[in-house]
Amino acid sequence: MSEHESDRASNESAPDAPASCGGCGGGKTEGKTGGNRRGFLFAAGTTLMTIGGVLVAAPIIGAAIAPARNADPDTWIPLAPASGFTVGATVLLKFKKVVSAPDDGMTSATACYVRCVEAGKFQVFAVNCAHLGCPVEWFEQSRLFMCPCHGGAYYEDGSRASGPPPRGLFEYQWRITNGTLEILAGRLPGLQEGT
Amino acid sequence: MHIPDSKVAIHDAKRVGLKAVQWLDDRTGLLWILRHSMFHRVPRNAKWWYVFGSATLMFFTIQIASGIVLATLYAPSAAQAYDSLVYIDTTVPFGWFLRAIHGWSSNAMCFMMLIHLAQVFLHGSYKYPRELTWVAGVLLCVTTLGLAFTGQIMRWDADAYWGLGIGASIADRAPVIGNQVRALVLGGPDISGATLTRFFALHVFVLPGSAIALLGFHLYSVLRHGISEMPKVGAVVEPATYREGYEARTKKTGVPFYPDAARRDMVVCGALLIALVGVAAWCGPFGPGELPDPTNINASPRPDGLFLWIFAALALLPPSVETPLLLIGPPLGIAFLAAFPFFCNRGERAPTRRPLSVIALIIIVVGAGVLTVLGMKSPWSPDMNAWTSAPSPVEFTEHRTPLELQGALEFQFAQCRNCHAIGGAGGERGPDLTEVATRLSWDQLVRQVQQGGGNMPAYGKTLSSAETQALVAYLTTLDGGDLRAAIPGALEQQSSRDAMPAATK
Repeated sequence: MSEHESDRASNESAPDAPASCGGCGGGKTEGKTGGNRRGFLFAAGTTLMTIGGVLVAAPIIGAAIAPARNADPDTWIPLAPASGFTVGATVLLKFKKVVSAPDDGMTSATACYVRCVEAGKFQVFAVNCAHLGCPVEWFEQSRLFMCPCHGGAYYEDGSRASGPPPRGLFEYQWRITNGTLEILAGRLPGLQEGT
Repeated sequence: MHIPDSKVAIHDAKRVGLKAVQWLDDRTGLLWILRHSMFHRVPRNAKWWYVFGSATLMFFTIQIASGIVLATLYAPSAAQAYDSLVYIDTTVPFGWFLRAIHGWSSNAMCFMMLIHLAQVFLHGSYKYPRELTWVAGVLLCVTTLGLAFTGQIMRWDADAYWGLGIGASIADRAPVIGNQVRALVLGGPDISGATLTRFFALHVFVLPGSAIALLGFHLYSVLRHGISEMPKVGAVVEPATYREGYEARTKKTGVPFYPDAARRDMVVCGALLIALVGVAAWCGPFGPGELPDPTNINASPRPDGLFLWIFAALALLPPSVETPLLLIGPPLGIAFLAAFPFFCNRGERAPTRRPLSVIALIIIVVGAGVLTVLGMKSPWSPDMNAWTSAPSPVEFTEHRTPLELQGALEFQFAQCRNCHAIGGAGGERGPDLTEVATRLSWDQLVRQVQQGGGNMPAYGKTLSSAETQALVAYLTTLDGGDLRAAIPGALEQQSSRDAMPAATK
């Protein structure tokens, strides 16, 4: 639209400026064409802004909420040869996370406790306390896991011994594939996972 | 008459200066702004009680200035953040001092803000017409606490890592959408580099931007409604007549903010500024602590001082109410605080006429203080290293039989010491056992060790009967030196003690 036209449009609307309401189009005292044009422009403007807004918002919101769409990426992760564990012992094992980016640094790995109940039978616990996720420490002599934050304690089979945790330690599902112990992991363990 | 050249020059300079000011005022309205901000009339009795808001603002400007420079030095990447902090501390000129200023000024800002909040509440300054000033203030409070929490994450050490874990565990308790909420908070299914960049964006863009916008409205509201007068018994706030009365009073007896009221602000802010530099120079920067290694399970995470009361509350809340309180408590509490003026925006402002408000404030302050002290001591946490590091004083081992000494070893190596102190050294999770023999008999001790109970794990499966025998034999010698057993023990135990007169001394 040229400058001339826009001037004319504002001149036309001048006499009844207080009564005009931009979007209503075809006001009583206005010329029919002028009113139509104003209404059309308003509608066109609103439509264009809406479409444009949605298009622009798509990548902004899409990227921001992307993590929520992949909240459950659990995958089988190989830990170690299943024959390498001592029956009755509980050991701390480190493993690389499923989802990791180049700048994750130390957080690209995490740890779990593997308890060899008997040959070929395991329990794999998360290191995170079931109360609020602090790292529990294994004490071989008393056969207890203790949490340094709020004093939760667990028996060697992961069941709750005392303190504020609402349940026993989180356990990973495990399986043995070609002699390798694998666990199903990918998330920070939490109450949401159920049992 | 002869006018010296210098006087003419001064006259000319003044005229030019005046013209420049007039030009500036014409184009910007500067004088109008100054008249309504710096020189607006404030109540004559607005004295030392009114300095805390200004002090908070001063610390906020320090945070912005120091924060911008820190952002030019810090690498917001999980792989490099820790190293960049060490580099700032050790290599960048003034780097450690800059970090110290940013950290201590953050504490000071939060502290001043909380005092400001308490003062405004105590004086009933939130009443008509300042309801929205209060709402903006409450939102500023939340934003500032958010800045403090996200700032703690920027340290990217073990405390930051496990602090995030606690936050994620709380989010995870949300029914149904917990997993998604947690993924949104962490930027992925677990704590990673994406978590740090998320919190970095919050810490340097979202929260400071919100704070500046809210602060703008807060200060605008202060100017629009004027500073509230000191509360006076009988000076009742009545919305229909308040404005007129306030304007008449400040017109008659008020003083210009600058310099009359600003003098006190300047004295307090100046003193705090020097105190800040002194504390920062003396105490140095916060952290970074241990490395943010998810596989290092020896970490003993603690939040910063400001959040210790939450840490304590989480240890002490009954598990049955924990989840609903964690999820509903904070938003409900903030909403209630923000909506407070809409329930009572008129009437007396004097604290002596508002006993309920005063009592509520005292309860909150004392409660938060007690929880903070508890959080510092955290007696509910086992002392994870006590079993190897707590000393065994001579009086707890001398004159013991071999069986009892074996029990003393069990006591140490079965990690009993992590929760139980003897002679003042050891954990405080369970009771101090220095005089346990005066409280529990042999049979009761056996039962307690084997079956646990009262927050103690059962050792029945862990200790053999011989080990339990030895441990209990040792425990029965812990009678505080010369106190007799208050509860008669089983006969066999009694006779074993009788055979050993030296132990009772």
